[in-house]
Amino acid sequence: MSLGRLVGRRLLVGALILFIVSVLVFTASLFLPGDAARAVLGRTASPDRLAALRSQMHLDDPPLQRYLSWAGDLVTGDLGDSVVSQTPVVELIAQRSVNSLLLMALAALIATPVALLLGTWSALRRDQLADHLTSLATLVLASLPEFVVGIGLLFVFSTGLLRWFPAVVDQTQGVLVQPEVLVLPVATLVLAVSPYITRMMRATMLEVLDSDFVHQARLNGVPERQVLWRHALPNSIGPVAQVVALQLAWLAGGIVLVEFLFDYPGIGEGVVDAVTNRDIPTLQALVMLVAAFYVVVNLLADVVGVLTNPRLRTAGS
Amino acid sequence: MSVAEPGPIGNAIERVSGGQAPGLLRRSLAVGRTRAGLMITVLVVAVAVVGPFVAPASETGFVGAPYTPDAAGTVFGTDYLGRDVWSRFLYGGVSVLALSGLCTVIGVGVGLLVALLAGYSRTWVDELLMRTTDVLLAFPAIVLALLFLAVFEPQPATVVATVAAGHAPRVARVMRAAVLDVAGRDYVRAAESMGLRRWPIRLGDLLPNVTGPLMVETGLRLTYSVALVAGLGFLGLSGLEADQADWGLMINENRLGFTVQPWAVLLPVIAIGLLTVGTNLVADGIARAAAGTDREVGG
Repeated sequence: MSLGRLVGRRLLVGALILFIVSVLVFTASLFLPGDAARAVLGRTASPDRLAALRSQMHLDDPPLQRYLSWAGDLVTGDLGDSVVSQTPVVELIAQRSVNSLLLMALAALIATPVALLLGTWSALRRDQLADHLTSLATLVLASLPEFVVGIGLLFVFSTGLLRWFPAVVDQTQGVLVQPEVLVLPVATLVLAVSPYITRMMRATMLEVLDSDFVHQARLNGVPERQVLWRHALPNSIGPVAQVVALQLAWLAGGIVLVEFLFDYPGIGEGVVDAVTNRDIPTLQALVMLVAAFYVVVNLLADVVGVLTNPRLRTAGS
Repeated sequence: MSVAEPGPIGNAIERVSGGQAPGLLRRSLAVGRTRAGLMITVLVVAVAVVGPFVAPASETGFVGAPYTPDAAGTVFGTDYLGRDVWSRFLYGGVSVLALSGLCTVIGVGVGLLVALLAGYSRTWVDELLMRTTDVLLAFPAIVLALLFLAVFEPQPATVVATVAAGHAPRVARVMRAAVLDVAGRDYVRAAESMGLRRWPIRLGDLLPNVTGPLMVETGLRLTYSVALVAGLGFLGLSGLEADQADWGLMINENRLGFTVQPWAVLLPVIAIGLLTVGTNLVADGIARAAAGTDREVGG
């Protein structure tokens, strides 16, 4: 099977998964005790108001019709109104998406090169003290939940020992006019995703450094620096690229607790708000957005894995 | 689609195959970090279990003005309602431990069942189960949990169900690979040729030979369970009674006073951090022992 067809097939599978996910997300709202209208208005709501909200939310239509109109709206970008604030969900989500993407992009742009360098450095110092310390530090960091890391950073750099950075975001202003608020959330995410990349890079680098062609290059008298930059590094990027992509996908869930911790106005905080307020239309849209991002990035990781691994390239057919 | 959650020991898992439980446990204990991890875990568990019996004040009693780090008669001051932080810390570990333990047992149990069923069926059942995990894996675990919690009201039982539901497909993926690996071996063929039915083979021949990856997976899932259960408490969504002491909930309740009274947040954060590091060190140690090496992964 050609590479293009393989990638095309994976894309098709991704689209199918997103379709089933949308059915699942929609079906979830059918299970609400009472229904979505009661969830919004609470137990003390008068029958008239319930009926009015129900007809506004089309809750009396059959489920299939509701799904089709919801999915149709979703595809055309009309996400309905938030039942709490009565404003269009699209407006709520647009700015939050930009903010979250900014957070994730910064985290990825910083974490990836740092982790790759650290992994390489650790591999070159195999079994020395620096290597053991890196290994232990990445294992500990990888174990810690992201909110524990975030609170630790808050205590050290914001509220406790040093007072360098603000603890929370001033939500009356845009994020870009107060770039200092980005530092701690980005640092938390970087510390969360770097350990995996570092460990993978180290393991891959050790394998490559031990391979025949590196030995051959050394025997041919190629200088060590050139062996590293010309031969070893390019050959270890492939396997690591997949882990990098998987970590990017992880960020889609990782931002939830981190944004909540720092009062950062992004998608993650939006999800928590929507759950707390039981704002189902907003939650459905946000969850679909996160799932779409997650599926697409996972797909990319998959494609990267196939492209960089000749054995997988044929096994897929 | 690949599983978007490479564990810290993802590499080692691939090398784990077979391994009988008792010998593996003994070998794991020879790895330094398993012992260190076990000690840390036991310490935190001891604090959580013994804590309620030695707490100086009650879980809910008021002992001073709110957010006072040096309130008279207290070790770590008072929380946002004026309750004793140290006592609430000592009371607050049991719920986190019990809930994450339950999530792990149920999540790993269901995942293992699915893996045994799918990995040794060679029919459409395998395909159906694996495509189902594809769909469940299209959400980050925390987002799936939040979606469930929005629909079914937050209660401890719902939290356990949602976190376990997040684990099951991930466990199923890893364990299915292990089962597939074993299913092609000669002793399984021998059992087949003796006319043994599928479930006796699954339980008698397959299960005992995947205990290595199963133990690693259990340790990993316990780490993630603690993180998720405490994380949901931190979001104020763990569904516990409002005045119940709980490490996750303590962080949520007291985070606005973090500047004036850091202990009410730091104590539970430190305990949660130690617990996750401890369980993960144990999981990593077992993975190393199962991989037949106590050297660094890839070494």
